[in-house]
Amino acid sequence: MTRFVPLALLVAAAALPWSTLDVPGLFDGPLNSPGTLQLLAVCLVFGALALGYDLLFGRAGLLSFGHALYIAAGAYGVDILISHYGWALWPAAAVTVLAAAGLAALLGSVALRTSGIAFSMVTLAFAEVGHILVNRDPGGLTGGEEGLPMRTAGLPDALVGVTNTVNLYWLALATLVVVTLVVHAVDRAPLGRTLTGLRDDERRVAVVGLSPYKIKLLAVVLAAALAALGGVVHALVVGGASPHVASSDLTLALIVMAVLGGAGTRWGALAGGILYAYLDQRLARLGGRLPGPLGEPLFVLGTLFVLAVYFVPGGLAGLRARLRPARDATAREPHPEAA
Amino acid sequence: MSTVVLLTLTGLGLAALYFLIASGLSLVFGLAGVLNFAHGLFLSVGAYVTWWAAPHLGLPLAVVSGVAAAAATGALTELVLIRPLYTRHTEQVLVTVGLSLAGVALLQSVWGADARVFPRPEWASHVTGVLGAQVPDDRFLLIGAAVLVLVALLAFLRFTRYGLVIRAGVENRAMVRALGIDVRTAFTLVFAIGGALAGLAGILGGMYFTSVSPGQGVSLLIFAFIVVVIGGLGSVTGSAVAAAGVGLLQQFVNYYGAAGAGDVSVVALLAVVLLLRPAGIAGKAVAA
Repeated sequence: MTRFVPLALLVAAAALPWSTLDVPGLFDGPLNSPGTLQLLAVCLVFGALALGYDLLFGRAGLLSFGHALYIAAGAYGVDILISHYGWALWPAAAVTVLAAAGLAALLGSVALRTSGIAFSMVTLAFAEVGHILVNRDPGGLTGGEEGLPMRTAGLPDALVGVTNTVNLYWLALATLVVVTLVVHAVDRAPLGRTLTGLRDDERRVAVVGLSPYKIKLLAVVLAAALAALGGVVHALVVGGASPHVASSDLTLALIVMAVLGGAGTRWGALAGGILYAYLDQRLARLGGRLPGPLGEPLFVLGTLFVLAVYFVPGGLAGLRARLRPARDATAREPHPEAA
Repeated sequence: MSTVVLLTLTGLGLAALYFLIASGLSLVFGLAGVLNFAHGLFLSVGAYVTWWAAPHLGLPLAVVSGVAAAAATGALTELVLIRPLYTRHTEQVLVTVGLSLAGVALLQSVWGADARVFPRPEWASHVTGVLGAQVPDDRFLLIGAAVLVLVALLAFLRFTRYGLVIRAGVENRAMVRALGIDVRTAFTLVFAIGGALAGLAGILGGMYFTSVSPGQGVSLLIFAFIVVVIGGLGSVTGSAVAAAGVGLLQQFVNYYGAAGAGDVSVVALLAVVLLLRPAGIAGKAVAA
């Protein structure tokens, strides 16, 4: 039966904008108010971004610190093409995602010459160049520290205006579904098993006659394309691109999301991304009312993260697996032991 | 000519900061195998403690207390957070990431997100004429401090028993343990040294930029990472050479090229070094 839980959740999420339910404490307005839908849309985008990142981190074991570069490429790419060059949304999005994948192929081919921690540092350095470029505002393209607001005239009417927030919500949900389908398809394909093999023991994969370098590069390119897609939708949902999407803080946040949710599991990173984005936004809004350091979202999330690394190594997904024996023991009719 | 002299000395001043951060990072990585993201936090701790203590204690004592606080933060981090996760390198990195996020947020909640004016000795704001160039004296302060630290660190590594253990541990940790030497005290020691050097870098950086802000450590940290990779992980002299190269390249290209080109060229240098010598200048094998 648990097979149908994700489907049921998806149907519930898709139908959510028709609900006028008020959830005091969790959200400020009723579920279908534009503010709540916007918040949820951001959460869904981060769910997609975290799951895409987990393709590298949890599955292939590549601890990249430069994933924000491709998210920024997506957000700024589509924003620049639409706002400066007057492209239509869909071709701009397609070109942006392809360009980000090309960039990843180029940079990945250099970065993958190193492994382990050195790979992390090199990806961090590449991403920092992106961050610096975006902040320096080359040729007036990126808007510097102010960011680049999306020129709404270039967008389809259905995505413009407060009343159409619901469409952005559905767009974010659709993106999450696409990313989930891609990542899960990779999981099932031979590629997914090879990636897990690389994570666990790279030499064995090489001995079998496969090229670890090429497979890792493929994973980097695929993950970058998913990140750029997420970046495109992020720019649409928040109405533009800001330097924050290029900063290393965003990559660190993705790592926190994946670990909190359970890296390498089917749904872990997705759940972690949604939860993190929700807490980040809510805590920022509640910030003034909480005492001392609790008013800083990153203090709460960072502490939570450190505790999770120690006490809940598998994240949310691991927690579920750990609770299962207890649940089975208390059930009237214990399930036959699943291996 | 005077421009070249000024750029060289400014570049070396920046290199001094990079070296102070990178040498600690490099030792910690070389010995304990930990990529320490919280290193930027140590830097901010040193800077903020000095900034806070300067009006009460006077600048020299404030600098000492800042360095001591940063060293204590480093040692505590190792004892409380890193040690329980021994040999689990990814988790160790994750914990330092969490610590750096939470620590910077904590500093921000205590002292605010805005930059604070940092105290500096009177003479550091003067200028000295060198070969026709008017060079601000804070450059000499930075370079002098870094050279002192480099000499002291090399002497410590070469002539003391702990230095011997650290050098041997960087080469082959398992063998040192097999000889019955407890490497864990050396781990705590390198974290304390790294913390102290980072704290010193934070203080000198505060004097150089004349201000201190919670996020300052993290932005310097990224260039320090580049220096560590270029220099070769675990090598102090490698870090010193790489820091000088990176600092000079950044200054010169930033002056003669377009804005931001210096930072980009540093990463290009990193890419070239990795393509030619994947293990960095010092050329040790890169441990995963």
